[in-house]
Amino acid sequence: MSASSKDHDLPIGASELISAPFSRRALLAGAGGLGAASLLGQLNVEGAHAATPATLRWANWSLYLDYDNRTKKYPTLEAFIKKTKIPTKYMEVIDDNDSFTAKVQPQLKLKKDIGYDIVTMTEWMAARWLASGFVQKFDDAAVPNKKNVLSFLETRPFDPGRHYSLPWAGIIAGFAWNKSKHPKGIHSIEQLFAKENKGKVEVLSEMRDTIGLVMLWQGTDISKPFTEAKFMNAIDYVTKMIHDGFIRQVKGQSYQEDLISGDATAVIGWSGDINQLNLQNSNQFGFAIPDSGGTFSTDNLMIPSTSPNKLSAEKLINYYYDPVVAAKVANYITYVCPVNGAQAAMEKINPAQVHNPLIFPDDKMWKNLKVFRGLTPAEMIKFSTAFQKASGNG
Amino acid sequence: MAFLSAVSHKSDESEKKRSFLPYLLLLPGLVWLFFFFLMPILTLVSTSTKTPGLGIGEFDQTYRFANYWDAIVNSRGQFFRSFEYASIATIMALIIAYPLAYAIAFRSGRWKNVLLVLVVAPFFTSFILRTIAWKQILGGQGIGFKFLTWLHIISPQSHLTASAFAVVAGLTYNFLPFMTLPLYSSLERIDPRTMEASGDLYANAFTTFRKVTLPLSMPGVVAGTLLTFIPAAGDYVNAEILGNPQTKMIGNVINARYLQIVDYPTAAALSFTLMVAILIMVTLYIRKSGTEELV
Repeated sequence: MSASSKDHDLPIGASELISAPFSRRALLAGAGGLGAASLLGQLNVEGAHAATPATLRWANWSLYLDYDNRTKKYPTLEAFIKKTKIPTKYMEVIDDNDSFTAKVQPQLKLKKDIGYDIVTMTEWMAARWLASGFVQKFDDAAVPNKKNVLSFLETRPFDPGRHYSLPWAGIIAGFAWNKSKHPKGIHSIEQLFAKENKGKVEVLSEMRDTIGLVMLWQGTDISKPFTEAKFMNAIDYVTKMIHDGFIRQVKGQSYQEDLISGDATAVIGWSGDINQLNLQNSNQFGFAIPDSGGTFSTDNLMIPSTSPNKLSAEKLINYYYDPVVAAKVANYITYVCPVNGAQAAMEKINPAQVHNPLIFPDDKMWKNLKVFRGLTPAEMIKFSTAFQKASGNG
Repeated sequence: MAFLSAVSHKSDESEKKRSFLPYLLLLPGLVWLFFFFLMPILTLVSTSTKTPGLGIGEFDQTYRFANYWDAIVNSRGQFFRSFEYASIATIMALIIAYPLAYAIAFRSGRWKNVLLVLVVAPFFTSFILRTIAWKQILGGQGIGFKFLTWLHIISPQSHLTASAFAVVAGLTYNFLPFMTLPLYSSLERIDPRTMEASGDLYANAFTTFRKVTLPLSMPGVVAGTLLTFIPAAGDYVNAEILGNPQTKMIGNVINARYLQIVDYPTAAALSFTLMVAILIMVTLYIRKSGTEELV
């Protein structure tokens, strides 16, 4: 709540309340947590005639929010707009961490508005934003639902205590396959690169997933410190698979189209994508975490340092940390839900999903998932150069 | 001229105005070129000799010209491949476009305008969409693939997408109008009486084409090949969508260096090298082909 908090952003009632001896910050801090939030919620309903606040702009990945095909609207977002009267523009503009960041980084450095009040970055990139000072710290009192974050995700080293970022969804990378071609499924790297798959395999352009899975198979724990040589071993393996013609393409989410068309029959892909594909293509595809371990990461909601609408952004983040809302989103996007209580809330929304381990992983599954360790800037350049070279780009 | 000299002795002031006018007319173009050509080129060159700084995306000017050597040595494969694919695509486009342009110019009668619109029609859709459409056509379920398997030209087990063939086919298709239009405009200007004269002098159709039509259409051939080759050599969309990791072109390397690795100096060095290389090739080509005018 910096200089940007203008009183006309607030409903009339609230302005009167605040212009008294308290500042708005004091009010929120004083009333504390839930109380303040419900108070604000109340005031919002009363202040229906107040000037409309500035539009909240949210940048996210595609197919990452519940969408109603009939009404062409996002139901949970519509409910938020209706409840808070904050006009919100939802934009599916992120399809790659690197290229999205490269596009907005110059403005972030110049401290000019990048056009987004909330961005959704994968953990390793979120860490880079934090380290560069591109993110605003949450006012904890404005995000009381923060307490609902899964304890496992609350303590991630790049943002212990979650003061700058909250996970939007957890992503598991593993193997996916066409069931008609692989009735027994694919559970190991050997099976993925079996002779009959030559030229029909695709791997992710997300380095930490593709190389991570190979490293785990080679016996390296990617969440602990490892040497450059271990990383390059995995690069060499992928390079060989490309050179020998096993790997057809190295790509992002568009591997889904090739699974549907049959151009690819076995891929390294993301759990939620396959869930969604199956809904549209009568369960044709299988997904499994490799026996040697899968990679796990999160996409994180953050407020860029340049955002003039921090309070609205916090309201939205808080809203999506309500277990019922989170369950509705999880039911649609089918990625790992980071919100405590959503599993219970799912009973009423879609009982079939309550025990889906890809949305609510059990302990056994968590044990088989690893998060790629943080890289130093020097490692980042060296490793990603090697990976791009393997992919033919250098 | 008479008009100009008539007004010139009226007063010195008006002459000053007149001589100033051409520059005034040039001004919008020059300003445009300054901001959107010269400035970016200078930034590009200055970025190309920097080295990584402390944080990611930060670079210090150290005048490291070895960046160029490193970049070229590392990516020589993709450089070579870009020129190879672009050359094949240009020749293919010429082979397809010449008869097409010839037919439109001399044989289409009242259908001429309709045919010209058809040549330009693909531009009404986005470049990316058209390339993705090719992926569908050549893909395992696509009509192109099924037709070729039906003709027993390829086996149903093989695949057409994710191959060098698909990349070159995509390049050829995407730049075909750039070849067709200059060819058409060159051919259309040829006086038919020159061909009749050739016939009168007992030349057969082939000799007439070789000795009269083709030489007169050379400006169109040169313009068309340049307009196809230059963008095709720098293209990365076709290789990205229709290729595999072993068919990547120099544009893909620049893209990855810039957006994935965040190594602006190498990306800048590669871009500048590509530009210079194309400039040299084009200069040699125009000299060799001996055409003064283009189109």
